[in-house]
Amino acid sequence: MKHKAMSAAIVAGAVATAVAGLSATVPAHAQAKEKCYGISLKGQNDCKAGAGTTCAGTSTVDYQGNAWTLVPKGTCVSMELPGDRKGSLTELDRDLPEA
Amino acid sequence: MNVPEFPTRVGSGEFGQAIWDPEAETPSGLTGPDGLTAPKRFSVYRNNVIVSLSEALEQTFPAIRNLLGEDYFKALARAFVVRHPPTSPVLLWYGAEFAGFIEAFPPLEAYPYLADVARVEWAWLQSYHAADAAPMDPAALGSVDPEALGTVRFEKHPATDMVVSRWPVWDLMRVNRFEPDAEIDVDLEASQSVLITRPDYDVNLLLLRPGGDVFLNALLSGAMLGEAAASAQAQVEEFSLSDCLSDCLSNGAFKDLVTA
Repeated sequence: MKHKAMSAAIVAGAVATAVAGLSATVPAHAQAKEKCYGISLKGQNDCKAGAGTTCAGTSTVDYQGNAWTLVPKGTCVSMELPGDRKGSLTELDRDLPEA
Repeated sequence: MNVPEFPTRVGSGEFGQAIWDPEAETPSGLTGPDGLTAPKRFSVYRNNVIVSLSEALEQTFPAIRNLLGEDYFKALARAFVVRHPPTSPVLLWYGAEFAGFIEAFPPLEAYPYLADVARVEWAWLQSYHAADAAPMDPAALGSVDPEALGTVRFEKHPATDMVVSRWPVWDLMRVNRFEPDAEIDVDLEASQSVLITRPDYDVNLLLLRPGGDVFLNALLSGAMLGEAAASAQAQVEEFSLSDCLSDCLSNGAFKDLVTA
């Protein structure tokens, strides 16, 4: 065993504790489950024939050009960052690079 | 019109290039019933491609979508899609570069935790689609000579991954994806690393205990149990080998025990 490793007794003791604690919970994994095809969630199937084929926004105007004047409006902005930063609207505007 | 041969790299060739560049000319040979070039029809097609890829991203990264809001996410996804077109026709592998893209995206500099949240969501999807395998039976450790336990190694389960972060990715994932109604105060000073496993059909996300990131990272890199425990202990005082090992075993992080 390499010199930096823990002593065998400590490892053995910890393993014994870990395994003993598990014996009661392990059977939960054995619960019978079955694979069900044809119900895959969202984009995890390949065909986007439904909502993905929207023709909305087919104008040639490039949406992304002005998109970055938008500010995240989810829970993102309700959180404070370390230091003086806050996820406020003005803060994010300042962080925008000059085009 | 002949069906073109499927390109080895998706989106290569004149047609593919024109998809990602709104300024590009309509590819030659694309005509409407009147025999004239059909730029509007091509625009519709181009938009469908970009929108459907953006929607795939939205469904792969729901926590990011929640954090940014729908409008911002859509715009961000669109910018990503045109810069990182798919390299495989398999949609479930689309988005691997999204976390890195977010990290390097200047307008999101003030939200440095977003990239790690995206990494967790990507790892979740990879775990979901990884090969099925029965996890190692913890009882196997009982048949090892106690003196030799420090020298055992573990083979990673195919659906196991971990994300080490200095941000509270566990809480951010709970609030923005798994427990939207829970009252959780996210402390951005907290560093949280997570273990992702799929012992059977459901992906599990587990907050790693102190030192668990060092320990598991070592084990997944092929270190012996004793070495992994020692390096975790050396770096994190409150590391508990029995607790961390118990978490790994009960969540099916390993496929097999490898004895020397």
